[in-house]
Amino acid sequence: MRLYWNYFLINLKSQMQYKASFFLTITGQFLTAFASFFGIQFLFQRISGVDNFTYGQVLLCFSVIMMSFSIGEMIGGGLMGFPGLLRSGSLDRVLVRPRSIIWQVIMPNMDFSRLGLLVQAAVVLFIAIPASGVAWTLNKALVLALMITCGSAVFFCLFLLVASVAFFTIQSLDFLNILTYGMREFGKYPFSVYGNTVLRILTFAVPLALIQYYPLLYLLDREKGIWYMAAPLEALLFLIPSSLFFRFGLKRYQSAGS
Amino acid sequence: MIEFTKVNKTYRVAKRQAGMGNAVKAFFSREYTTIHALQDVSFSIRDGEMVGYIGPNGAGKSTTIKIMCGVLTPESGKCVIDGRIPYKERIAHVREIGVVFGQRSQLWWDVPVIDSFDLIRDIYRVEEKAYRKNVGELTELLDLGEILQTPVRTLSLGQRMRCEIAASLLHNPKVLFLDEPTIGLDAVSKIAVRKFIRNLNAEKGVTIVLTTHDMQDIEALTERILLIGKGRILLDGKLSDLKKQVSERKTMAIAYQGTPPTLKEGMVLAESGEGHMVVSFQPSELPTPEAIAYFAANTKLLDVSVSDITSEEMVAKMYKEYHL
Amino acid sequence: MRPAFKVYFSMFRIRFNHNMQYRAVVLGAILKGFLWALLEVLGYLAVYRTYPEALPMALSHTVSYVWARQSLIVLFIVVFGDGEIYSAIQTGEVVYDLARPVGLYGRWFCQSASNRISFALVNCIPVLALGAILPKPYGLSLPSSPEQVCLFFFSALLAFGVTVAIAMLMYVSLFYFISHRGIRIIVTAVTSFFSGGIIPLPFFPETLRRWASFLPFGSMQNMPLQIFCGNINGRDAAKGIILQVFWLFALVWAGRAAMGAASKKVVSFGG
Repeated sequence: MRLYWNYFLINLKSQMQYKASFFLTITGQFLTAFASFFGIQFLFQRISGVDNFTYGQVLLCFSVIMMSFSIGEMIGGGLMGFPGLLRSGSLDRVLVRPRSIIWQVIMPNMDFSRLGLLVQAAVVLFIAIPASGVAWTLNKALVLALMITCGSAVFFCLFLLVASVAFFTIQSLDFLNILTYGMREFGKYPFSVYGNTVLRILTFAVPLALIQYYPLLYLLDREKGIWYMAAPLEALLFLIPSSLFFRFGLKRYQSAGS
Repeated sequence: MIEFTKVNKTYRVAKRQAGMGNAVKAFFSREYTTIHALQDVSFSIRDGEMVGYIGPNGAGKSTTIKIMCGVLTPESGKCVIDGRIPYKERIAHVREIGVVFGQRSQLWWDVPVIDSFDLIRDIYRVEEKAYRKNVGELTELLDLGEILQTPVRTLSLGQRMRCEIAASLLHNPKVLFLDEPTIGLDAVSKIAVRKFIRNLNAEKGVTIVLTTHDMQDIEALTERILLIGKGRILLDGKLSDLKKQVSERKTMAIAYQGTPPTLKEGMVLAESGEGHMVVSFQPSELPTPEAIAYFAANTKLLDVSVSDITSEEMVAKMYKEYHL
Repeated sequence: MRPAFKVYFSMFRIRFNHNMQYRAVVLGAILKGFLWALLEVLGYLAVYRTYPEALPMALSHTVSYVWARQSLIVLFIVVFGDGEIYSAIQTGEVVYDLARPVGLYGRWFCQSASNRISFALVNCIPVLALGAILPKPYGLSLPSSPEQVCLFFFSALLAFGVTVAIAMLMYVSLFYFISHRGIRIIVTAVTSFFSGGIIPLPFFPETLRRWASFLPFGSMQNMPLQIFCGNINGRDAAKGIILQVFWLFALVWAGRAAMGAASKKVVSFGG
């Protein structure tokens, strides 16, 4: 535990070395989130809903995805630098230390400038909670909390998956960003609006609908089943294939070399 | 301590050719070449030994080191270190080894050195008491006192290397791998680092494997060298023996006044100029005193010096001999 | 060939070869462009399905806009992987660059432009083609008249110039700021939003739309994309192009002046 605390501190210290840079980055993140918020805001000045979801409900989706993304990225975003770590050979240093590899890659690269995004998402969430028309109960509040925490875990897994691909290609594969940054963008609407095929993919392959669309139906009292309520927990199963894939990639790196 | 038995390792590399046409062609179909990084490499290193591992770039040095550190898995063959197979029991193995990659830092760039040390303590779960003792000792031996509180990015290369070495010893490793520990250092730092390494081996009995291109490192530090080239171990033995084996010839440089002397039978001219010349000869055919006496008798000799082949020359000669 | 031009061409060639070498990256970029555009189109289809008449652009126009934007994205985003330029500024090597015979502004402008073009060549046309073969309402409709095609090409060329000119201003600003990352994120957010990278400008509230179209942002991807999808044509397109020409000259002039001032600072303080 002390290790993690120290990692955290050393990391914070490093980032605070460049205060101006740190705050500029936070500002940038904040603006980015704002741009995408206004993208929705402007559209919804002209329309008042999508399919059978109101503006408030769309905002709820937007903020849940945005929050999950920003937490997931704060923890796992450092993995974006993983291809560079592989190319420069710095992974070898990680391998000669007696600790879990994933931890060693994540901890030094936690990026606190993601706070900008998180703050913005929190603001939108507080607007959306009353605006969504949900009759809030304790159970529903719990489900909302699960949507965000499990959502963060799923986004973290996505960053891990994207990083693991570098074991096979060395160059970073831009198109995988559709799983991370793309999903942040497209998660603004309930995933059902993209049609059944997309919804199925986002249920069974990349379980983002499990932390957004299905529990949303529960919140809106459109579905009562326990499966809808517990959908975010089911999404956690995604941790298994993602970590297996990372391990598989690592094995390959160790046998193929660079 | 370290046992390598018939270790093999190959890489596959995509072939590349110049030109835009070829770039487009390579996009659709690609050819690969197989590179044998290591071929049937076997050697063993005893506990407490210090070994210099040399060879030209791309010979397989770093592949070997990576296998010993548990970073790479060999294709076939076996590597056992301290009773463990590094790539199979990575965590248990790396706890017992220290690694210094000369060109890559293990310290956190933006924070004071001591913060990095603290973190390494936690990574290796070093007990507080042992840690304090180690930091104290290392600070004294490597003269780190003033620089412990300085951020790494402001250190000179020599200071940084001393910190790197200290960082890799905080957990009392039994084996230390040094990959080019003196690269880019100034003369004073080089000597300090060498001295420290020698003492570490002599007093604490740490087994040390050292790769370097600097033959002075080898001469100052190791008795035994391993020469690798094109993925094979070419030589394994004592530095002095190797020198003899490669060449027993001596070189003699003379300075004289007047006309240049003629050469005696058995001498080969290596260099000559206004008032000086360098010759080489085989002492078994022409004993050194005889050669000196010959010049003394035939010219007005001002100065004379006789030397063995240098390590650098020896290595260059060996590389040439093995077509490396 | 003039020597300066030769230098630019060989830079382009090196970059092109480099890009071809990593085929997974190229295929990935094509796939990404395709999927991204498709998802965005699906989102708009849902919006138009719910409120068919509420938005000021016809569905087919919006869909074409999305496809064209996504396939040309490399040409029209300000912040692009001009790694050599960033590292030249960060390491201070820019001092040596200033000493070379080719003017730095022209050199960087061409370098940045050729980086983008060489990347766009391999991955934008495939995305457009994929978008064109998709059935209605998912796919894009190509411009109908030759006049529209001409206007589009002309406007796209100018928009590309404006984009690179803004990127140049950003590079110059990096002489003064230490935080490359922060600046890059801010510039990306602002330029992409106001040039119609998140939603097309016609969807903006009226006042804001007018401002954004008049500022350099409107002369970036906004203009060629709206011409491409048929939302702007004829006389309006011509007016827009004139505005683009104005901004291109203004921005290049401003960039040169700013770089002149900045390089004095770099040289006199030794970076």
